[in-house]
Amino acid sequence: MSGTRFSFKRLWAVVVKEFIQMRRDRLTFGMMVGIPLMQLMLFGFAINSDPKHLPTAIIVQDHSPFSRTFIWGLRNSRYFDLVEVADSEAEVQFLLDEGEVQFVIHIPEDFSRQLIRGERPKLLLQADATDPAATGNAIAAINTLVTTVFDRDLKGPLQKLRGRPGAAELQIHKHYNQEGKTQYNIVPGLMGVVLTMTMIVITALAITRERERGTMENLLATPARPAEVMFGKIIPYIMVGYIQTVLILLAAKFLFQVPMLGSIPLLLGLIILFIAANLAVGITFSTIAKNQLQAMQMSFFFFLPSILLSGFMFPFRGMPGWAQHIGSALPLTHFLRLVRGILLKGNGLAESVTHIWPIAIFVAVVMTIGIKRYRQTLD
Amino acid sequence: MESNEQIIAAAPPRDTELVIDVSGITKRFGAQTVVNGIGMHVRRGEIYGFLGPNGSGKTTFLRMLCGLLKPDAGKGTCLGYDILHQSDEIKKHVGYMTQKFSYYEDLNLEENLDFIARIYQVQNRRQAVKDSLEKLGLYARRKQLAGQLSGGWKQRLALAASLIHTPDLLLLDEPTAGVDPKARRDFWEEIHQLAAAGLTVLITTHYMDEAERCHRIAYLAYGNLLTSGTVEEVVTGAKLTTWEVAGPDLASLAGELRHKDGVTQVVAFGNTLHVSGEQETELRKAVEPWMKAPYRWKQVESSLEDVFISLMEQSQDNFK
Ligand SMILES: Nc1ncnc2c1ncn2[C@@H]1O[C@H](COP(=O)(O)OP(=O)(O)OP(=O)(O)O)[C@@H](O)[C@H]1O
Ligand SMILES: [Mg+2]
Repeated sequence: MSGTRFSFKRLWAVVVKEFIQMRRDRLTFGMMVGIPLMQLMLFGFAINSDPKHLPTAIIVQDHSPFSRTFIWGLRNSRYFDLVEVADSEAEVQFLLDEGEVQFVIHIPEDFSRQLIRGERPKLLLQADATDPAATGNAIAAINTLVTTVFDRDLKGPLQKLRGRPGAAELQIHKHYNQEGKTQYNIVPGLMGVVLTMTMIVITALAITRERERGTMENLLATPARPAEVMFGKIIPYIMVGYIQTVLILLAAKFLFQVPMLGSIPLLLGLIILFIAANLAVGITFSTIAKNQLQAMQMSFFFFLPSILLSGFMFPFRGMPGWAQHIGSALPLTHFLRLVRGILLKGNGLAESVTHIWPIAIFVAVVMTIGIKRYRQTLD
Repeated sequence: MESNEQIIAAAPPRDTELVIDVSGITKRFGAQTVVNGIGMHVRRGEIYGFLGPNGSGKTTFLRMLCGLLKPDAGKGTCLGYDILHQSDEIKKHVGYMTQKFSYYEDLNLEENLDFIARIYQVQNRRQAVKDSLEKLGLYARRKQLAGQLSGGWKQRLALAASLIHTPDLLLLDEPTAGVDPKARRDFWEEIHQLAAAGLTVLITTHYMDEAERCHRIAYLAYGNLLTSGTVEEVVTGAKLTTWEVAGPDLASLAGELRHKDGVTQVVAFGNTLHVSGEQETELRKAVEPWMKAPYRWKQVESSLEDVFISLMEQSQDNFK
């Protein structure tokens, strides 16, 4: 259509209006703040949980006082329930495969002889690391155990073997989770999931609500341009997204002691792109959906693959090729890598760029579709 | 439709500026033609009444004028801008009051007006909003949510909002539905003052007394423009003869008269009946047998309502 240019004044008019409406709608606003907190508590509980008495099989090929001391120490730690004591590997390996036991511990032949000679023999620990949160503490416990438990048996000339680095060595083999996902992965991931969920749903309702309440007729009769209306509706929710982000970061830091190696300002600066990506999806759904229910359904239609294929639920590299392709198109996938990179690996801007441009392209494409789809007439 | 174009052509051309100048406007929803080749010429400062039964296409026509719907056929200008290609310009200078309340129920009165004023980039916005609230008599209740207003007050808020950017053309879709008589009178008072100052008003209504307050009117039925002009022109143009009859048991008399040839309509008016027909002689022939005691007959001037009801019934025969 002719003539009228984008006007920041009209954009601002929409922003002000949306802010007021958001403030009035206490329940929705409460949900926007409540959902991240609730999710954090749920996941945080899983992180904090300190499961004990994990079923463990042990292969003992060296029957010596040291082995007995070690087994006694395992029992005392309360993390390990020895459900199977075997003489050979073949007897217990399938237990781990089937998930009957969480750990298989192997005391090799000649263990005590090597130990006395000061050769620091290896104790092998095979762990089912599918759920890293479940095994983390147990592994930490056995690590300490291996360095200290033999001290009481090391008397006389052997006394010199006491203390660090310990008389024996623990070698850990993690199974099923090659990516080595740690419990700390969850909180940064949760930030992406919470933002995806709330941002999309809320904006998906934005324009459909105007249609359903009949206020669209009025809005269309004014000189407001599509871009003004759409950006005007997005901007207030960018702020909400930031509130959510800060809440999650604070909780991650102070409740769950998630390490934060990288720059938080950098993270906060880049997060706007991800928030914009989700808002663009929401507002585009909003222009397509005929009513609020449809808008909700579309949001979930987008939300599920985001959760399943982004690497939040399952390790990305473990997925089949087609799923990885879909996953690569989703903003959440890149956001997860971005956040994990910054928080856990201490990445800077240079290392983050590979994850930034896919999100930027996504925003541009989706927003264009949205503005094109915004109907300027009632029919 | 040929007949529609003819009616418009019959309207005497005057050299005043035309604010609405459209012809052949047509809108279809699926197979149904809702507005059928309508033309309309409205001059600056005129109050133009737009009447017609429910579902006749009034709202649809107004929506096409301000760019909310795209006409399937037809052309013309509104405030000098092309209605097909310049709706952005038209929107800036038109105040449109929708039939259904369409302001934000979760904003208060002041916020609603303020939003509209911002969107239209009104100069001295705060003052304009304050003036508007004061004129409405709602300044003290400006913090009340619009959703909590009574129906009539919502209408008055909507009118105030559609005026806040001092438009050149006002499109009002049943603005007085549900408004009390005093407020209705005030409303018409204001509309006339605004028109005298140069504002053009196109207003839909179902009230006859309001139709009579318009400078000119148009009557629409089933998407077709049946007649237009001043009230006088419309009434004389209909060439309707009407008799008023008083007496006992008018209900059964009405039943008998209704099916006689030459009688187009029989309508109860308080304690009398209005019996109308298009041909004076045939009507007379039809009612002759009852022109005796206990009935008292009197020929009266046809009212606008008589004319509209007869137009509506004819159009039902023609288009249904
Ligand atoms: N969006 C639409 N889709 C399909 N049909 C529609 C649509 N809008 C209106 N109509 C139909 O167009 C016809 C005219 O409707 P319109 O609202 O213009 O009538 P109106 O003259 O304003 O009636 P009223 O006096 O009841 O307000 C009706 O039959 C209606 O059902
Ligand atoms: Mg209507």
